[in-house]
Amino acid sequence: MTRTLLKKLLITPDVEEIIDKIPKDVGSFGYDPWGFRWESAKVGLGLFKKLYDHYFRVTAHGLENVPPKGRVLIIANHSGQIPFDGALIGVAVATNPAGPRAARAMIERFFPTVPFLGNLLNQVGGVIGDPVNCIRMLRREEAVIVFPEGVRGSGKLYRHRYQLQRFGNGFMHIAMTEKAPIVPVGVVGCEETMPSLANIAPLANMLAVPYVPVTVPFPLPAKVILNFGKPLHYTGDIDSEEGVTQKVEEVKTVIRGLIEKGLSERKGVF
Amino acid sequence: MPRKKKSETSQAAEACACPVDAPEGEILVTGAAGVLAQETIAKLHPKYRIVAVDFRRAVEIGEDIPSYRIDFLKRGLEDIFRKHRIKAVIHLGRIGTNPQGGFLRYNANVIGTQKLFDLCAKYKVGQVIVLSSFFVYGANAYNPALLNEDTPLKASDLTLNLIDSVELENLSNIYMYKYPDLHMTILRPCNIAGPGVRNNIGRLLSMKVVPVLWGFNPVMQFIHVKDMAEAIMLAYEKKVPGVYNVAPEDWVAYKDVLRRSGIKGIPLPSIPPAFPRFISRALRWKAFPSYLINYFKYPTIIDGGKFARTFGFKPKRSLEEIFTHYREMKKRAFL
Repeated sequence: MTRTLLKKLLITPDVEEIIDKIPKDVGSFGYDPWGFRWESAKVGLGLFKKLYDHYFRVTAHGLENVPPKGRVLIIANHSGQIPFDGALIGVAVATNPAGPRAARAMIERFFPTVPFLGNLLNQVGGVIGDPVNCIRMLRREEAVIVFPEGVRGSGKLYRHRYQLQRFGNGFMHIAMTEKAPIVPVGVVGCEETMPSLANIAPLANMLAVPYVPVTVPFPLPAKVILNFGKPLHYTGDIDSEEGVTQKVEEVKTVIRGLIEKGLSERKGVF
Repeated sequence: MPRKKKSETSQAAEACACPVDAPEGEILVTGAAGVLAQETIAKLHPKYRIVAVDFRRAVEIGEDIPSYRIDFLKRGLEDIFRKHRIKAVIHLGRIGTNPQGGFLRYNANVIGTQKLFDLCAKYKVGQVIVLSSFFVYGANAYNPALLNEDTPLKASDLTLNLIDSVELENLSNIYMYKYPDLHMTILRPCNIAGPGVRNNIGRLLSMKVVPVLWGFNPVMQFIHVKDMAEAIMLAYEKKVPGVYNVAPEDWVAYKDVLRRSGIKGIPLPSIPPAFPRFISRALRWKAFPSYLINYFKYPTIIDGGKFARTFGFKPKRSLEEIFTHYREMKKRAFL
């Protein structure tokens, strides 16, 4: 009863229309190998579309840079303690007028061990952040969202906002070996949704989670701006790890530019 | 004078006495009392001569199919190789759960298999097909999806009860490289289910009420027993040695499996992780044994693409067909 009511409230005709346009590659029960489920994705999209439109009032620029089909890595800066940035990029890509897609977000490794949350994230498109998963999804011509900063980005303190943390090199290796274009994204606004003043590290260790922030009890309605950059292509053989790091720095520089663009567009935090 | 123990040879003679003159050779199928072996034999029999063996009983399969009850650990096993011209072995026989303990299961599954392989090498058997399982990969929270055949076998990290599955695989791999003339093919299928299947998942799907770990609903894969028999037949006929996952390109979550199979799921606390294992052991759940609990918690999704491409395999039966069988079975039992 509650579930039906929730579905009716969230899966509005416009959400149905969006979903109908997205190509589906699932089995007879609506699941894919990573546990993605269309029925859950509809509810997730319905919920986050409301937050996207009315709570975070997201503005997305450059969505035409996301190819309407074929493999692609969407690389973004990470922030906000609770990773709303992944969900908001997902909604932007799913509602892209230039070609909607169901993008998959690589999530932290501890999520599958958390009851309910692990399954829920899988069902709406989250996939454990293992390079093998990323490669296999790209080979199925999926769009994959990766935050190379990982928890270093999402868990950073408010005083470090908009300072890009170290990027892992893994995504560049995958982009080069799988010949996947990279669409860089600069996210502005998520830093202010849950400003963290401190991390209670001992409690985090005890709970086996990456961080426990001292922050507001619920996300603040900061205005979010997403800037999608032009696709970057990295091909050829990998000569050295140093060479890979150099290419990663190039991507980081582009993202830094997109963040600055977003910050200059923003008229106020809220 | 101590009573003379009945020898394995006499047990063999006690079975369907069907001396066979088969110049083209015969296929030895182990685990003949199981439904998978019987389905496989039914597919092979019109074209090939079969010898059936099982450690449980001599099964009556057909008048022209010699059938033996044999313990692989006993010397009588060699009599079958002496008596018949075995050209291929399809090794499906396995002890799943042994109430007498893991040691006996290990002996039967691993040491017994080693004896069988030694005889295959000695009698120059030209092809061996071994049934393994996706269990060997282990159910781990950090598993990526679509595990391929090169993925490390982590099952033994999780529980000692699955060591024999991994050891059997390792043993098969050793023989594969040591005796290339055996042309060994190892098959790692996903959950095999369908009419008559009495493995863990078959038992579970036959029940009306089963546990569901609170907060976990892993995606699973199933193959119909008839499709698996078809896969074994293809492996025999195409004779391409190697290790292969066998699974359809279809996936379903555990709770959907239960719903479609007419089963009620009862939530079982999943925290701390030792709790459901303790309950399973205390209640002696055969269908939900403690050492398989992680397979009902985390997905172990295998990629069956290599087998499909190499052998031209495509399952004919849908997931819904599998679950309908179990649903209908319960309805019939109720009536």
